[in-house]
Amino acid sequence: MKRWIKFVGLGFTTLTGLASFLIVLMLAIILGNVAWHGWARLSWEFISGEPKVGMTEGGIFPAIFGTVALVLLMTLAVVPLGVAAAIYLHEYAGQDSKLVHLVRLALHNLAGVPAIVFGLFGLGFFIKFIGAGIDNALFAGQLAFGQPCILWAALTLAVLTLPTVVVATEEALRAVPRSYREVAYAAGATRWQVVRHIVLPQSVAGILTGTILAVSRGAGEVAPIMFTGAAYYLPYLPKKLNDQFMELGYHIYVMTTQSPDVEATKPILYATVLLLLVLTFALNFVAILVRSSIRRKLRAA
Amino acid sequence: MDRPPSDLLLRAKPRILETLLETAVRASAFLVILFLVLIFVFVGKEALPMLTSSDVHQEVTPWTMTRSLEDGGFVWQPVAEKPKYSLAPLVIGTLKVTLVALIIGIPLAILAAIFTSEFAPQQLREIVKPAIELLAGVPSVVIGFFALMVVATWLQDAFGFIFRLNAITAGIGLSLAVIPIVFTVAEDALSAVPQAFRDGSLALGANRWQTAWRVVLPAAMPGVFAACVLGFGRAIGETMIVLMASGNAAMMSWNPAESFRSFSATIAAELGEVVYGSAHYHVLFFIGAFLFVVTFLLNLAGHWYVSRLRARLEGKR
Repeated sequence: MKRWIKFVGLGFTTLTGLASFLIVLMLAIILGNVAWHGWARLSWEFISGEPKVGMTEGGIFPAIFGTVALVLLMTLAVVPLGVAAAIYLHEYAGQDSKLVHLVRLALHNLAGVPAIVFGLFGLGFFIKFIGAGIDNALFAGQLAFGQPCILWAALTLAVLTLPTVVVATEEALRAVPRSYREVAYAAGATRWQVVRHIVLPQSVAGILTGTILAVSRGAGEVAPIMFTGAAYYLPYLPKKLNDQFMELGYHIYVMTTQSPDVEATKPILYATVLLLLVLTFALNFVAILVRSSIRRKLRAA
Repeated sequence: MDRPPSDLLLRAKPRILETLLETAVRASAFLVILFLVLIFVFVGKEALPMLTSSDVHQEVTPWTMTRSLEDGGFVWQPVAEKPKYSLAPLVIGTLKVTLVALIIGIPLAILAAIFTSEFAPQQLREIVKPAIELLAGVPSVVIGFFALMVVATWLQDAFGFIFRLNAITAGIGLSLAVIPIVFTVAEDALSAVPQAFRDGSLALGANRWQTAWRVVLPAAMPGVFAACVLGFGRAIGETMIVLMASGNAAMMSWNPAESFRSFSATIAAELGEVVYGSAHYHVLFFIGAFLFVVTFLLNLAGHWYVSRLRARLEGKR
């Protein structure tokens, strides 16, 4: 009887270990495969050059530029908003207030909305409502902002990444010891002075983590930008807010599914995937490092 | 939370800046709610003509989408001389791939969660957890690419599938998107079980797997269930993986080895070419609104189970 229990226990424990191993293995296979096929084509020319001969030669600089510009615009929109919302939740609101509960519920649900629905929202709200409204008001009905462009794509992504920023910022605010605030209040500081001079400087790392995670998420999402501004090929870089743009993820999607000659585009395709993976992984890796140091501080506090 | 002990302070009148900033941060928090409402309103607004517009009704109504066509078949063929909008093939496709993804993903993720929270030595935990966080960071377009270029070839060579792109290929890709969320929520739930539960069980003579299986897992059950619900929500909404690895053929077949077309992939594939304001355009928003409502309800349910778990472990119930 005892041996039987031990045997089943060992089997069960091994099974759980095996499952973990399998997941890590799948990740390793993806990384290995992409790195193996992609690295040969990765070069300075590839990163800095223009696409040539129907995407089978040359580089992908316009897609890199488009991705960076998109993500920058997104960050400008989402970080101030997300940080302010987190400050409200943690520093201003009473924890039992109805608004706080509603905001938290909204955050949870916003994080679960499918990416493609954000695409529809961007089209219906930013382009057809706000954009067309701007055109009617400022451009006498001429098409300027009522069309897919980098501004609307970036704002759509900003809504999508909002929960990421709020949650990471809140975690950082929680890691600031209560006593710091109490000392400041005792010295006569106002609420905002405490936030501005005590809480925010202490939580810069956490806000940075949230920003990095949002950037990494935004750089990888394709579904929300398909109809809100991304283009497969453009002979120019985006210069104005209402220009369309090329983007790495969207580029990968179109090259994979709509290439007339799969074998000819394959080396370039693999190199592009590798580049996107390296970019998102480097960002994630930094975020994980910063966050684990915050968590250590949180446990110490 | 940390209100100043205002009674003790000789405070000056509230300064304008102070009030202004408070209003600003409160407005930001309010915006979070507003955005969720705006998504509902603006996706719903473009979907509404499906119910109200007689122009749209000449071509399609929600009623005709669920019934069979005149010849008795169910066909999704929106770009045709006589457009056909049967939802049945899309429902089957979506459920087919979601089932495959969950059958693969949920056991793996939950077993891995048990491993990291109950059995793994510290060093292994420090590998598995960040690895799964990295997996969550892999863009879905990259998983879709990998499923289409690599997994599809491997599986076809191994099993001789007639359809290179099918629900098994896409389901494996989709499970990679489901695993991180199920793992994270389940692992949180298991770790939230108080150490005293484990100590008590071990002190009574149970070994570690008995403790994990009969004490910790049942205690964390609402959280584990929430993980499955959230994983389901993620699976039916995921777009790029399914769009790239499904073959996108709207077929009436439950066979996982055949191509299919899902709701999300239909929107992604067709919205680009659709005429603004046409019946087809409103149909796609209608599907989008449906996806939004379904995932919204799943998220609410998941969130509710998590809060129930918390209440239970804190002994409030």
